[in-house]
Amino acid sequence: MTEAYWQHYSHPADMGIRGLGKTKAQAFEQSALALTAVIADLDTIEAQEKIHISCGPEPDAELLFVKWLNTLLYEMATRDMVFCRFEVNIENNHLEADVWGQKLDFDKHQPCVEVKAATLGDLKVEQQSDGNWVAQCIVDV
Amino acid sequence: MLKEKLKQSAKCQWRLEPFGDMKVPAIIFGDRSIIADIDDNIIQQAVNVATLPGIVTASYAMPDAHWGYGFPIGGVAAFDPEKGGVVSAGGVGFDISCGVRTLKTGLTTDSIAVNKRELAEALFAAIPAGLGKGGKITLDQSQTDRMLTEGAAWAVQKGYGTSQDLEHTEEKGRMAGADPKYVSQQAKNRQKDQMGTLGSGNHYLEVQKVTEVFDKKAADIFGLSEGDILVSIHCGSRGLGHQIATDFLSKMVTAAKKHGIALPDKQLACAPIKSDIGQQYLAAMNCGINFALANRQVLTELTRRAFAQIFSKAELTTLYDVSHNTCKAEKFQVNGKTRTLYIHRKGATRALARNNPFLPEDFKSAGQPVIVGGTMGTASYILAGTEEGIQLAFSSACHGAGRAMSRKKATRTWHGKQIIRELAGREIIIMSRSSKGVAEEAPGAYKDVTAVVNATEKAALARKVVKLEPLICVKG
Repeated sequence: MTEAYWQHYSHPADMGIRGLGKTKAQAFEQSALALTAVIADLDTIEAQEKIHISCGPEPDAELLFVKWLNTLLYEMATRDMVFCRFEVNIENNHLEADVWGQKLDFDKHQPCVEVKAATLGDLKVEQQSDGNWVAQCIVDV
Repeated sequence: MLKEKLKQSAKCQWRLEPFGDMKVPAIIFGDRSIIADIDDNIIQQAVNVATLPGIVTASYAMPDAHWGYGFPIGGVAAFDPEKGGVVSAGGVGFDISCGVRTLKTGLTTDSIAVNKRELAEALFAAIPAGLGKGGKITLDQSQTDRMLTEGAAWAVQKGYGTSQDLEHTEEKGRMAGADPKYVSQQAKNRQKDQMGTLGSGNHYLEVQKVTEVFDKKAADIFGLSEGDILVSIHCGSRGLGHQIATDFLSKMVTAAKKHGIALPDKQLACAPIKSDIGQQYLAAMNCGINFALANRQVLTELTRRAFAQIFSKAELTTLYDVSHNTCKAEKFQVNGKTRTLYIHRKGATRALARNNPFLPEDFKSAGQPVIVGGTMGTASYILAGTEEGIQLAFSSACHGAGRAMSRKKATRTWHGKQIIRELAGREIIIMSRSSKGVAEEAPGAYKDVTAVVNATEKAALARKVVKLEPLICVKG
C-alpha cells in the first residue's frame, strides 16, 4: 500500500466508515476523516484551530476505536466545530490525538447530516495479511 | 438463507422456529411482497435478539423492518426481569424516544392554499432544523435536571404549551423513573442549545392534509376529517440521547461479559434488568425520553407561534405524541399470568387497544393513535391500536416506511435540487438547508409506506384511520 486512505461503505439505514493505514494509528486517523466526510466535504474545512483529545484506556482496540469516534462527535457537537486533520498515538489501548479544524460555518461547509454515534455494528480493528491495518464500524445518522 | 426457513403462521405473519441459541421464535410481519424483498440480515438480527436472556414469547420485526445494528429497526422484544431478562441500550438505539407528534390546526386545505408559501417560510424561520442549528433556550444545571425529570410537563410550566398537549402525549408527557444523576455531564453538555430543535437526517416538520378516511368512527373520535390540515413533528432526544446510549453501550459490553451473556453481535450489549447497570441505564434512558418529550413540546409551541403569524384563527391542539425508540415496563398476560415485562421497541410504535387505562379519556373508545410517518413525497397514516395486537406483538405496530436504499446509493441516484423541483410540481414545498440531505432522504429511498400500513392492518397489529399527504416539509 502506498498511502493511507478512507472509505464509506453502504449500509441500508446508515453508513459504514473505514480507515486503512500502515499502522493502527493511521487507520484511526483515516477513519476520523471518513467520519467527518459523512458530515461535510473535507475540502471545505480548514485547519485553523488545534485541540487535544485523550481517550481510554479501553478494554480492547475495537472499543477504543468506537470511543475515539464518539469523542470526536462529542467535541464537534459541543465546540460547534468540524475537523479535517488528525494525528493519533495509541499505546496500550489508550489514545492521545491532536485534531485540527474550524468552527462550523453553515454556508461554507453545507453540513449534510449529523452523525448520532459510532456503533458497535460491523466493528473491526485488525491487521490484515499484508501487514496493513483496517478500522471500521457503522455510524448512526 | 434464513428467509427460506420462514413459515407463514397467520395472515401477514411469518415464523422462524427456534434453532441454535434462540430461546423463542422470530416472527416477521409482512405480506408476501414485503417478505420477498426482506433482506436476510433483518431476519438474522431478529434471530440474534431471540438468543438474549429472559426474552418472552418471540422476537418480532414489524412490516417496515430494515437492517439496523444489533436489533433490526422495526424490532420488538419483551424481557421478563424475573427470568433473568435484560435491557439493551442497543435495543433502544441512539435516538432515545425519537417519535412523532401530530397537531390538529382547525384549518382546511382551502383555507391555507393562498398562504402556503408564506407558512412554509414562517415555519422554516421558526423551527431550528439541520446540523448545528441550535435553539434559543439554554438551561442551567438545575433546570436541566428538572427538565430531565419532568419532560414535556416542564416545558408547559415554562409557557411552551397547554395541559391538553400533555393529556395527549404518551406518559402524559412525563416519563416516571428518570434520574438525572445517571446522565453523564457530557450528555448534559450536548443538550446545551438543543431544546426545541429538529436535528437532521430523517427528522422533519411536515404540514399535511387528510386525504382519505378509512374508519369514520375512530376519525370522529380523533377529530379528523377529509381536508383537515395537520402538522407532524418527527424528532427525538438529540445529542443528549445519543450520548446516554453511547455511554451505556460500552458499559453494557463489559456488564454482559460479567453476567456471562454471550452476544452474537456486540451492538446487542445488554445487562440484566435486575442489575446496577440495567437500573442505571433505565433511569438515564427515561431522562432521554423526557428530553425528547420536552423537545417536541417546545417545537409544538414554536409551530403554534409561526401559524399565528399568518392564521390568527388557527388553533393548534395535540392529536397525539408517540415515541418509537424506547424500553418501557408494561403489564401483559403471558400463559394466563399478569407479568411486568420490559418491552423494547426500536423503530416500532406502541399501539394500545381500546379501553387501555393509559389512553387519554377521549380516545378510550377508539384505541391509541399510531402515527406512521412517510417520506417528504409520500403519504403518512394515522392508525389505531387493536385488541388483537395485545397478543400479537405486545401492542406494537410499525413506525414509518422503512429505508430500502442506503444513503450512499441515494446520493448517487438523485440530486436534492431535482427532488425539490419534482415535488414542487406536485405542490409540495420542501424547505431545507442541505441539498445532499434532501437526496439522502429521497422518497424513492424508502419502502412503500402504503404497503407497510396495509400489511400492518392485515396482520391486525393496528387498523387504518386516515391517510395524510404532505404539503410542506421542513427538513431536518
